[in-house]
Formats: sequence, structure tokens, C-alpha cells
Amino acid sequence: MSKSAFSRRGVLKSGALAGTGLALPTIFTASSAAAFTNNPTGSSVTLGFNVPQTGPYADEGADELRAYQLAVEHLNGGGDGGMMNTFSSKELQGNGILGKEVKFVTGDTQTKSDAARASAKSMIEKDGAVMITGGSSSGVAIAVQGLCQEAGVIFMAGLTHSNDTTGKDKKANGFRHFFNGYMSGAALAPVLKNLYGTDRNAYHLTADYTWGWTQEESIAAATEALGWNTVEKVRTPLAATDFSSYIAPVLNSGADVLVLNHYGGNMVNSLTNAVQFGLREKVVNGKNFEIVVPLYSRLMAKGAGANVKGIHGSTNWHWSLQDEGSQAFVRSFGTKYGFPPSQAAHTVYCQTLLYADAVQRAGSFNPCAVVEALEDYEFDGLGNGKTLYRGEDHQCFKDVLVVRGKENPTSEFDLLEVVEVTPAAQVTYPADHPMFAGGALGSCNSGA
Amino acid sequence: MDAILLQILNGLDKGSAYALIALGLTLIFGTLGVVNFAHGALFMIGAFCAVTVQRILNLSYEVVDETQKDFLGNPLKVKTSYVESWFGPEMGGAIIDWAVPIAILFAIPIMILIGFVMERGLIKHFYKREHADQILVTFGLAIVLQEVIKYFYGANPIQTASPEALSGVANVGALFGTEIFYPVWRIVYFFFSVVIIGGIFSFLQFTTFGMVVRAGMADRETVGLLGINIDRRFTIMFGIAAAVAGLAGVMYTPINSPNYHMGMDFLVLSFVVVVVGGMGSLPGAVLAGFMLGILEAFASMNEIKSILPGIDQIIIYVVAIIILLTRPRGLMGRKGVMEE
Amino acid sequence: MFGLDNKDTRLLLVVAVLTLCAPFILNPFPTDSAMAQFNAGYPDLMQRFVIFGIFAIGFNILFGLTGYLSFGHAAFLGVGSYSAVWMFKLLSMNVVPAILLSVVISGLFALLIGFVSLRRSGIYFSILTLAFAQMSFNLAYSVLTPITNGETGLQLTLDDPRVLGVSATADGSIPVTNLFGMEMRSTFEMALGPWAFQFNAGYYLCALILLAAFYLSIRIFRSPFGMMLRAVKSNQQRMNYTGLNTKPYTLAAFVISGMYAGLAGGLMASMDPLAGAERMQWTASGEVVLMTILGGAGTLIGPVLGAGFIKYFENIFSKINDHVLHSWFSFMPDGLEDFVVFIIHPFIGKGWHLTLGILFMLVVVFLPGGLVEGGQRIAKWVKGRKNKDDSASATKTPAE
Repeated sequence: MSKSAFSRRGVLKSGALAGTGLALPTIFTASSAAAFTNNPTGSSVTLGFNVPQTGPYADEGADELRAYQLAVEHLNGGGDGGMMNTFSSKELQGNGILGKEVKFVTGDTQTKSDAARASAKSMIEKDGAVMITGGSSSGVAIAVQGLCQEAGVIFMAGLTHSNDTTGKDKKANGFRHFFNGYMSGAALAPVLKNLYGTDRNAYHLTADYTWGWTQEESIAAATEALGWNTVEKVRTPLAATDFSSYIAPVLNSGADVLVLNHYGGNMVNSLTNAVQFGLREKVVNGKNFEIVVPLYSRLMAKGAGANVKGIHGSTNWHWSLQDEGSQAFVRSFGTKYGFPPSQAAHTVYCQTLLYADAVQRAGSFNPCAVVEALEDYEFDGLGNGKTLYRGEDHQCFKDVLVVRGKENPTSEFDLLEVVEVTPAAQVTYPADHPMFAGGALGSCNSGA
Repeated sequence: MDAILLQILNGLDKGSAYALIALGLTLIFGTLGVVNFAHGALFMIGAFCAVTVQRILNLSYEVVDETQKDFLGNPLKVKTSYVESWFGPEMGGAIIDWAVPIAILFAIPIMILIGFVMERGLIKHFYKREHADQILVTFGLAIVLQEVIKYFYGANPIQTASPEALSGVANVGALFGTEIFYPVWRIVYFFFSVVIIGGIFSFLQFTTFGMVVRAGMADRETVGLLGINIDRRFTIMFGIAAAVAGLAGVMYTPINSPNYHMGMDFLVLSFVVVVVGGMGSLPGAVLAGFMLGILEAFASMNEIKSILPGIDQIIIYVVAIIILLTRPRGLMGRKGVMEE
Repeated sequence: MFGLDNKDTRLLLVVAVLTLCAPFILNPFPTDSAMAQFNAGYPDLMQRFVIFGIFAIGFNILFGLTGYLSFGHAAFLGVGSYSAVWMFKLLSMNVVPAILLSVVISGLFALLIGFVSLRRSGIYFSILTLAFAQMSFNLAYSVLTPITNGETGLQLTLDDPRVLGVSATADGSIPVTNLFGMEMRSTFEMALGPWAFQFNAGYYLCALILLAAFYLSIRIFRSPFGMMLRAVKSNQQRMNYTGLNTKPYTLAAFVISGMYAGLAGGLMASMDPLAGAERMQWTASGEVVLMTILGGAGTLIGPVLGAGFIKYFENIFSKINDHVLHSWFSFMPDGLEDFVVFIIHPFIGKGWHLTLGILFMLVVVFLPGGLVEGGQRIAKWVKGRKNKDDSASATKTPAE
């Protein structure tokens, strides 16, 4: 039966072929004569902003979208130009990218890899997006990065902190501006040493999935190098909402530092529970009990309220930074939306600018030319000081911030204070570091 | 030994939330015969009642303070809440501090009202429909309710602290001659749930209203033939069930910051609890709630996890499967309920 | 034709025409028009339509016929996807062995779960299947990461063995899935005036499999076996009293529908070689329940319609943002434009869940038989206007 249907279709198709004479075999593309996927031929170029709009990370996603829209406005010459004015490269003219007006499409990842890929695919297949960016979770970022590699478009990762994004799962078409678990460990370790000494017993609570594991590994390695002892590493289910039964055993474990390798809702709940159990008032082995949250997000820290006070962690960027780039960005974002941007907003704004600049320098939207332009590219003025996009793994190397929950916040945005800016050199690792081993970039794919 | 006591305590405290939600679900199912997938959403709305009360108490006016700057370098607008300016900083501060307990008073009428509206406006039309339809429509309602909350409150969790006086830890171990510290609020939550559960049971057991409802649960038609307006009483029971869920939510907010999908997080779990307890059995629901809470607490002990890795991820489901295979209608279920 | 009566043949032909001409039907608006936003005729979404259609057809064989409501069906889809991706990793990029393996493995998995779960009925059965599926999801996300790659999802890498194929192509990328050399992602583009139609090899493979699956489901519905399953639904006790053991029948239905789910999972992996754990989550199981009931449980075409409806929403409505809205209403005066956008804003883009929830409720309240009933009512209404006597007989026609 299927056979007869097939021949019906064959008739239909050959009829159509004869009728138009226009059908050409292409892959993944909307314009048939392209040298690469989705070559923008008209007067505009389409970028795909793929962020979580529903689900637990929807607020981060919304902030990312705001930053993307701001970036597009600046690229097209609107607004006050933001960080385009402080960016070390002066290629961008405010007339779009390569003279083409920048347009964008948005999609909802739902923080699920399947939905994220479906959304990215529709941007590529239907809307002709030449670059996909976004993501607020490592699983999603890695899944979409893989898709972009196959489809032959560039992927500029948003908020993804797992070592794997530019480690075991790195791809030639994917780039990450955000920092990672290893960098968090390397930046935090010296600060923790100064604050809490070298003789500590750490207890890890870790979200039981890939991101949690890589961060746990990174932090444990960095603190053990200080002389700390790791008492226990406990994995907690991702779906857990009440962490009390994981916190309770900490009380009698002899540990005097609790490391919470959690993010998002998990972090808010585990930190709240830890404070509830009086861990912060506890004295163990003659030392004050301390809690460390290696990856901080201001939007999420808000959910934990007063519980974050005095707790240390690391972050990619914070709006209170005083350098020119950060200030320019905060000014244009704050003027437009009425509140300061989050680190997620900052990283995606930078990614959009970096992509646009790379295209401009390469003189082409061809992904392979863009890859070449971004690899080993050094820039400044985007808020993190001098930064290098390393060619071997497509990871940015820049200063990392160690922050602390502020004791006396002056406003609802003023939750974190920067304790130290760890210089890039201190968080740099060799590309073949064992925590990042096991993958290969492969070669760039332009979809041709 | 201390560790085991601590986990039992923890299990009771986790179990309180499960038991309260399952109790409400069972009340609705037992009286109206409706499988209410929106029950988790009622729990969530209760929690957001607390958030709302906190917000109302914190409503404030702005005074521009020229000496301080905001993040854009403009003069900072300092906020002072009305409550503080009316009652003075001390009294006002105390009122704001007690936002969550105050929210209980606020939540009871709201939740009963929501329960009435839900029952009269929607559920009523589904008594004669299939269970699958009931599940689908209440599931749709749950999605709508949580999206509405998300629209107004955002997706991130919102901190709602317990009163300062109840936020420390207490030495529960003193009772047993050892030292076991446990958060005061969680102990409060446990006793709160015991009171509510006790209240519901005595209400059903010792009042005429409760007697009629119980008779209606057993045989609705006969009670109707006796000239009693059972429908109206069932509507009231729905309101009470909604209030129980809502109060469970209000009191839960200091334990974990509420967010819009907390209802869905509890939904599957509370269904497992209800089914393990036996559909339609109130004591079963309470028993199963506390039992699963305690088992969950034990499963997350390192000693147990090292023998069975990942057991804490699946313990609830493993228990559910074992119980359902050995006791076909759950712990205390009756024959013939929801088996067709 | 094909052993079907006239009505079923007609239905099959209608479905065949609809699926095979989908690239035209789903792309009614010219590419550059403002309405192009609503076009759904691009390969990925068309593939999803038919794959979820297969999934829902399979689910309907269990739920629609026997009335057993499984709340853990997504587990079989997930297992199917994992088996297919492992096949791509270990054997070759040809989709045939991958799909076969995914059907077999998910069938075995369904046999195991069905054997245990079918010892209970009603909501107890539902909770048992839910418990098994949630266990699979939780374990796949965490402890079983070596097999499933956890959160990230199982992906192909450059150093997979692929004994019958190549680990990497000559230019250093991962080979793509194919059917004896025909790449699943290859697409014929046809421009016809302002319209652009895309014909994708993978889509047509899925569509043909959908037709086969649909045909098989008609045969099952019409067979003595199908009658037996319906008898189970209407009164299992009576069946047991007549001395008949119904368990083998229900178990067979469970396994068949599990295999359908596995087939859908295998196809999903064949179109896009990645398998993520969240495919097995209870919400995914709930989705197929919604699809089936929304379309019309127990009807043949209903589940397919329901699947298309939900996937359309998920992929098209979620992409409408304020920017797009403003461009639609730009013809209005400024104040009015902002007002209209403000009114619509909560329901589109990030609010698509809200719209979906409201629509669910409306359908369940007013159309208990799902979209199929809606179609019948319209048909009845049209007929009724032509000939009032006909309307009585139309109500008796079963939805199939």
C-alpha cells in the first residue's frame, strides 16, 4: 500500500519538477544557490535567539532576550551604542552587519534539549537564521551546539557553565564567552584560602547531572590543592525541592565548609535549607561553619533573599563593575529597561557583538570565515578586561569575579558585592587539561 | 543513633506537606469522586497568598534621597513601607516580620472562595464525565493557574521568610537526652499539619455536617433521597479541601521559596501518596504521606546511598510499585474504587 | 482495498493525501508575507507532526481500545531513541537497523513493564506505569549517565566506532543518518512564485511509516483482537466470568503500543541523532495523553490530529514575540497598536502554555469527543442545513 502511495508522490513530484524546473537539492537551507547555509542574500540578516521563555529559567531567558534586543538595536545604529563604543574593535559601524540590517527571531527552549533543538531547527529551516545563540543550561547549550555544527551555522553559547561545553562536547561551530566550572574553582580557591585557611573539611552537595559533576570535580580539585579535605560528595536529585534530608547529615559529619554545587531553583532551596538548619551559626572544629556557592546568579540569589548574605561564590560579570565597558552597558540597559542587567544578559550581549564584529572583520557570513576570525581573537572593552577567544577550544579567557552576598543591600538589585577580580592568567588552563579531555572540535561546517 | 532520629524527624516534617496535600486530594475524590489534577495548583496559590500578603505589607512610598545614588548614578529613591510609617518602625517591622502567619488569615477565605468558584464553575459539570476528562480539564486548569501566577510574579522563586522568632534552630534532642538541632519553623509546620489533620478528622467524625458528608461519601443517592442537599455540602467540602491545600502552601513558603511550578512538583508525588494510601481513604492518605516522607529521608542518607546508588531518586516510586503489587488497593483502599 | 471496507479505505486515502502533500498544505502563505509566521511546512516540524502522530496512534491502541490509561508511555519513546542512537554510534548511520532495534528493545521493555503493571487496573495501573517511567527518567538523568549521557543527552561523536560505517567523514565531521545512502536531511526546495515548498527525505520516510502504522492500527481496530480489547474496556469482569483470560490481550495491546512508541523514538533519533532523558519525563507522557484525548480517544484519526495540534502550538505560537506583534498591527494608530499588543501579549510567545491550557479546557468542556467530535458536529450542522432527516443517523456513526 505504501508502494502505491510512493508512486503517487513520485508522479506528483516529477510533475512539479517539470512544471517549475526550479527544484535543486540543498541541505538545510532556504536559499538554493548558497555557498553556505542560509547565506543572507537580501538587505537583512536574521539571527536566532533561542532562550528559555517557559519553565524555571524563564526570568533569565527574559533578561537574555532584553539584552539581545538591545544588541540588535545598537548594531543597527539605534540607542546610545552601548558597549560598541568601548569595544576594542572599531569595525562595527552601526549600520547592521556588513551593511545588512539585523533582524531576529526568538524561540522557546523550555530548558529541554529536545524543545531547544526543535526551536533552533525551525529558525534555521524556516526563518533562515545564520547564527543561533542563547541557552540557560549546559545540557541545552551542548545539544544546540551539536545541531548547529551539523546544520552549518554558528552557535554563540549563552549561559552555560559546564566544563563540557568547551571540553568533551566542544564543536568547531560553537563558541562560549561565559566562564566554566574549572574557572570558578581556580578563582575561588585563593579567596577561600585567605578567608578560611588551609585546614578545612568540605562537604559537597551536588546536583546529580553533568553540570553538577564537572563543577564538583573542579571545586574539589582546586580546594584540595589548598590542603582542604573533602569529607563527602553527595549527589542530590535534580527534581528535589526540599534538601533538608541532605543537609541534616552535614551537621554530624565533622565538615566545616558546605559547598553547594547547585544552580537555579536547586540553589535557592538548598541554600535556604542550609541556613534554616543553623549551619551558619555552627562552630565545628573550633572554626565557623561556612557555605560556598560556586556559581552565583543575581536573579536567583534574589530568591534566597537574606540567606545569601556573606556567602561567597563566583560570577561571570556584575553590574557594579566600574570599567568603561560595564558602565556603558549598564547605562544603556538600565535606561531602556529600568533595572540593571544580569550576567546572563551581559554574556549574550557580548556574544552578539562578538559575532557581528567577527563577520565584519571576515567580510563574510560564511561560518568558516567567522570561525577563523574568532579563533585566537583578543579583545577588550566588553566588561571583563582583556579577553582571548582561544582557538583550541573556543573558550573565552578573561577575568573572573569572586563575589559575596552583600550584608546591607541598598536596593533590590544590590545583592552581591565584588570581592576580587581574579586575573585571566590565574584561571587559564591548558587546552588538554584532563577535565576537558575527550572531545574534538572537528572542522568547521558551513553546510555547503 | 542521632542521625537516625534526625532523619525520622526530617521524614515527619517532609511527610507533613505530603499528608496535607494528599488529604485535600482525598477529600475531593472521596466526596465528589473527582480526580483533581489542579490540587497542586491550589497548594501553589496558597503559597502565593503568603507572597501577596508580604508584598501588601511591604507596599511603600518613595522618598528621593540626594545623598545616595542608584545604579545609574541618579539620586536614590529610598522606600519606606506604609505599615512602618503608620505603626512606627518597631511595630510595623514586627507586622512585616509576621507576614506568613498573618497570611493564614488572609488565605482561608481566599482559598475557600477559589474552591467554591472552581467547584461551581467547572468541576460540577464533570461529575458524570469520565475520570480521564476530569483529569484533563483539571490539568488544563492547573496549567492556566500556574501561567497566570507566572505572569504576575515571574518565574524565579520569591523569598518569603518566617518570623525572626521562629527562624532559628531548636534542640529537639533534649527530649531524648541528646543534642539534635532542628529548624523551629519545620517543627511548627509539623504541628500545624497535625492540628489541621486532627481538625478535619474530628470535623467529619463529630459534627452533624461531617456525618452527612460521610454518609454522602458512602451512598450519595440515598442521602439525596432523604431530602438532604448533599451537593451544597460537597461544595463546602471542596472549599475546605482547597483551604487545606492553600494553608499547606502558606506555611510551606519559609521552608522553600515559592515559585510558580511548585504545584506541579508536588502533583505527581501527592498522587503517588494518595494511591499508595488507597483512593478515597483519608487515614490512608495521611499514613502514606508520613510513611513516604520518612522513607524518602532515609533513602537520602549516605550510608544507604552507598549501598544502592541512586535510590533517593526513585524510592517513592519503588515503594509505590511494591505496595500496589502486594496490596492491590493501596494501604487502606476500598474495593472497586477507580478500578474500572 | 487492502482488506479494508470502503469507509476505512477512504480514511486511509485521505490521510495518505494529507501527509504526502503536507509540504503544500502546511505552507499556505507566501514566504515573505506577514502570515508566513504561521507556516508549518518546514522539515523539522513536519517530521514532528508525523512522529508524534505515530506515537499517539500507538497510545490510542492501548487507551482507546482497552481503556487502560498509561501515564508512562514516554518511557518507551525514550528507550527507543536511546537504542537508535546507540545503533548509530556502534553500527552504522543507516536508519533501518536503528529503527528495528528501537522497536524491538522498546517492545521488550513494554513487555516487562506491562507484565507487572497490568496486574492492576484503573488508576492503580496508571500510577504503576507512571512510577516505572519516572524511575527510568530519574535514573537516565543521573545514575545511568554512562549509557544515556544524562542531562546533555546521548549524542554522536567523532570517535564512535561505527563498525559498518565511518567514524568521521573525510572533511572531519560526523556522518549523517541515511537510508542506504539517501541522507535523511536532504531537502528539495521548490520555489513557486512567492511560495517556497520543502520536500525532505526524512519527512517522507516518516510519512510512509506513519501510513503503514495507521493502516496497521485500522486493521487492529477492525480485527477480532480489537473487538476483544473493546470488550475488555466495556466490562472486564464479565469477560473474566465467561472464563476468558483477558490478560494476554491487554498485554499484547500494551506491547504493541509500546512498540509504536519505540518506533516513534527511533524515528526521532533518525531524523535528529540525539536522545535526551526529558523525553521520558512524566510531562512527556502526559503530552501524549493530551494529544489522544484532545484529538478524540478511541477514534482512528483523532490522535494524529491531536498530535499535530499540540506540536503546532509548541513550535509556532511560542515564536511570536512582541516584535512580531508590533509589525502585524503597525497599520493601527500608535495608541491602539500598543493596546492591542498589550492585550494579546500574555497569550503568545512565552505565554503559549497559557493559551494551550485554556484551549484544552475549552475542548474538554465543550467537545468531550475531542477535535473529531468538533469535526462531526460541523459536518452534522452542514448536513442538517441541507437535510434535516440525516442528522439523526450522523450521531450514531462512530468517530472512526
